[in-house]
Amino acid sequence: MGRITLQKVQKKFGDVEVIPPLDLEINDGEFVVFVGPSGCGKSTLLRLIAGLEDVSGGQINIDGEDATMVPPAKRKLAMVFQSYALYPHMTVRKNIAFPMRMAKMDPAEQNKRIENAAAALNLTDYLDRRPGQLSGGQRQRVAIGRAIVREPAAFLFDEPLSNLDAALRVGMRMEIGELHKKLDTTMIYVTHDQVEAMTMADKIVVLRAGHIEQVGSPLELYRTPRNTFVAGFIGSPKMNLIEGAAAAEHNAQTIGIRPEHLDVSTTAGKWEGTVGVAEHLGSDTFIHIHGIEGCDPMTVRAGGEVSVKHGDTVFLTPQAEHLHRFDAEGLRIA
Amino acid sequence: MATQSSRSAARIMMAPAVFLLLVWMLVPLSLTLILSFKRFLPLRGDRIGERGDGFGDFLLDYITGFPTLDWVGFQNFASFASSGAFADAVVTTLVIVGGVLAVSVIFGILLAMLLDQPMWGQGVVRILVIAPFFVMPTVSALVWKNMFMDPTNGLFSHLWRAFGADPVVWLSDVPMFSLILIISWQWLPFATLILLTAFQSLDSEQLEAAEMDGAGPFARFFFIALPHLSRAITIVILIQTIFLLAVFAEIFVTTGGAFGTRTLTYLIYQRVLESQNIGLGSAGGVYAIILANIVAIFLMRIVGKNLDR
Amino acid sequence: MARAVTTPRKALNTAIAWTIGILIFFPILWTVLTSFKTEAEAIANPPVFLFFDWTLENYGVVQERSNYMRFLWNSVIIAGGSTILGIIIAVPAAWSMAFVPSKRTKDILLWMLSTKMLPAVGVLYPIYLLCIELGVLDNRYALVVILMLINLPIIVWMLYTYFREIPGEILEAARMDGASLKDELLYVLTPMAVPGIASTLLLNFILAWNEAFWTLNLTSVDAAPLTAFIASYSSPEGLFFAKLSAASTMAIAPILILGWFSQKQLVRGLTFGAVK
Ligand SMILES: Nc1ncnc2c1ncn2[C@@H]1O[C@H](COP(=O)(O)OP(=O)(O)O)[C@@H](O)[C@H]1O
Ligand SMILES: [Mg+2]
Repeated sequence: MGRITLQKVQKKFGDVEVIPPLDLEINDGEFVVFVGPSGCGKSTLLRLIAGLEDVSGGQINIDGEDATMVPPAKRKLAMVFQSYALYPHMTVRKNIAFPMRMAKMDPAEQNKRIENAAAALNLTDYLDRRPGQLSGGQRQRVAIGRAIVREPAAFLFDEPLSNLDAALRVGMRMEIGELHKKLDTTMIYVTHDQVEAMTMADKIVVLRAGHIEQVGSPLELYRTPRNTFVAGFIGSPKMNLIEGAAAAEHNAQTIGIRPEHLDVSTTAGKWEGTVGVAEHLGSDTFIHIHGIEGCDPMTVRAGGEVSVKHGDTVFLTPQAEHLHRFDAEGLRIA
Repeated sequence: MATQSSRSAARIMMAPAVFLLLVWMLVPLSLTLILSFKRFLPLRGDRIGERGDGFGDFLLDYITGFPTLDWVGFQNFASFASSGAFADAVVTTLVIVGGVLAVSVIFGILLAMLLDQPMWGQGVVRILVIAPFFVMPTVSALVWKNMFMDPTNGLFSHLWRAFGADPVVWLSDVPMFSLILIISWQWLPFATLILLTAFQSLDSEQLEAAEMDGAGPFARFFFIALPHLSRAITIVILIQTIFLLAVFAEIFVTTGGAFGTRTLTYLIYQRVLESQNIGLGSAGGVYAIILANIVAIFLMRIVGKNLDR
Repeated sequence: MARAVTTPRKALNTAIAWTIGILIFFPILWTVLTSFKTEAEAIANPPVFLFFDWTLENYGVVQERSNYMRFLWNSVIIAGGSTILGIIIAVPAAWSMAFVPSKRTKDILLWMLSTKMLPAVGVLYPIYLLCIELGVLDNRYALVVILMLINLPIIVWMLYTYFREIPGEILEAARMDGASLKDELLYVLTPMAVPGIASTLLLNFILAWNEAFWTLNLTSVDAAPLTAFIASYSSPEGLFFAKLSAASTMAIAPILILGWFSQKQLVRGLTFGAVK
């Protein structure tokens, strides 16, 4: 079980309101990702759920019970920290055993769970080492092992992959995803990386300055971003946001078109511009085009074989069915 | 990291230390302050209440401000400050503190620079240099007084005779020099150790850059090393001053305050415990506290700044 | 600053540094050597350096005449007791200040430091009087408490600077893992801080061992530690150099050995973390 409900939860540090009152529903077994730029309050929100910080107002329910005043140790939640926060003076085995030892679990049961977790996480050969003797990826796995043996109601992850190198990150992303499928336990995952959010989440919560900008599945956010912030934040490369005459044409303050929804031609099209930088990734080419009114540069995602070079003149045409319209407040116009 | 419950736990866990230090500070200070306004000569029959009445009665006397002792206003302060002994003691204190500071800072810098150079057996030399700091003050004072400075059998007298000179009677002929020598021997290691630590944190790239810019060894020392050391030097000066103002055992064991070596600390000690003029001694104590606080304020400023980092 | 230099330069450095080092260390060396001489050899002119009849006789005499063991035991109790008591009181306080800092933390730390700067002589009579009224003059447990109070600010400060280097996330992880405050301190913080706690112990043991104001003024017979034992040699026994040396060697040897282990911590402890 792991149903978490936030009602009017608010957090102030002194006079600074970091999280204005917000409501959020997290269903049992869901993989929820909090995503947003650095400093927007993701960690604070997670720590409020964990009980490591007091709320300044509102209520947190876990499995239908009011947990607002329950200390972290009693919330049946497990947390994986960005720095892993392993106990440096204990072996891997003792690290993993620590929560069970605190719960005074039967030693035989402890051992069984340690062995299972170690086998699942490829740690069997390292059980007698200290954290200092492990690589970053292994430490990460120990931290996860320490979390799973408790069989918590929900897992909390705070940017768990940001200390790993790029290749390892992709691997761990999949491992965590598989773990979720296998355990079927609620997971709340904090990241500033929208790619992580898109690839892992059942449900994404986009935060800005403590506000929830939008909640939805990855595809919902991609297809129907509720405002210009979400539109710009989700998707890579970023959506082109165009203002001025081109937008007015569609009765909007701003229109948005994703780089993959622009057709490129060297002969004719709606907008004319000159090629600045072209990034060839092999499979795709990202072309940055200058000189188009209301959006400079405009990014286009073209096929890998496109051959344009710096200074060429090109013409762009947006695919009408993929055009997003936003009003003066930046809100989506249906 | 801070929830309401962890904050209240923190308050509870801090309470014993804060409470104890508060009592340790306030009770003696208030006693000194009260007594400094009183005439209190136990040898002439002045008593705090009736002795042997138990601690409860003492507390009562304390709270009521020792009614059995005569209130004399600022008389103790006036007579302590106007006595020739006070002026002498202040001068003596300043000479000892200043002398030891000069020796330990100047030689400390030189020694730290030397120890920072590449050499064989650096660790061993370090240990040799630091060792005196760990020697009990009574031991170092006695060893110097007898085995080195004794006018008939001391090592120095042997040395002087070997050169055909008359042995010096160190502690009575040049008492201040001798005391400064003994105390400097104890504190030079401290200064060296701290300055060496500061030296070692000096960025070698900075020095190399200066060298590339054409700075010679002297320029490098005065424009780069010395400014880098200035904080450490300030700290050495302030901390040593605090300790040096309180020097006691070295004088107690060597001259007993004779030959013009009576520092403020020693003078107060004599007034309080030897001649048992408690009121006068307490007034002296208040002066000493004020003096130490002037130094302390500067030290705390520096340490406090360091905390904000 | 160190970098490659030519060998002759290095040899010169070595020669100068060793000469100065031995000169500074000489009084200690001479004391230890003299303790193994007879009284006649101890005052011989010209002095004998190494080639004398080594004897342990002085140590026997000193022990017999002044009951060295009792002073030693008092020193151990006073220095050890005050240090351990101080650590027990300081660990929770330092935990609070390092991991649950508030606006007042800095002020409290500086205030604690300021109590350390109170000149002892300024409160000599009050403490003396309190000891008399409480009937604990010349009592080693009174000295345990007094020296603990004197060193408490240093202990809190040292522990605070060590604790601050421990990431708070680890303690939070323990809390998430179901550890109570007691478990967190006992099983996570303390074992992680063992090196810091050990050096704090060591330095404060040394400071308490060498403390020579309160130990001289508040003891006479029963509670007198080694500082007082040596002071009693100031005259006329002090003129028996070999015995004085033996007594001195016995008083400083334990602490010299401990001191060598704690050089690094000394800097941190005595500068309140202001020089690193
Ligand atoms: N203990 C604290 N005291 C004061 N301000 C804090 C504290 N913790 C976080 N903040 C502030 O709250 C905001 C959100 O921080 P955080 O939740 O860590 O952001 P994120 O994890 O999204 O990067 C930041 O502006 C940060 O400065
Ligand atoms: Mg964060």
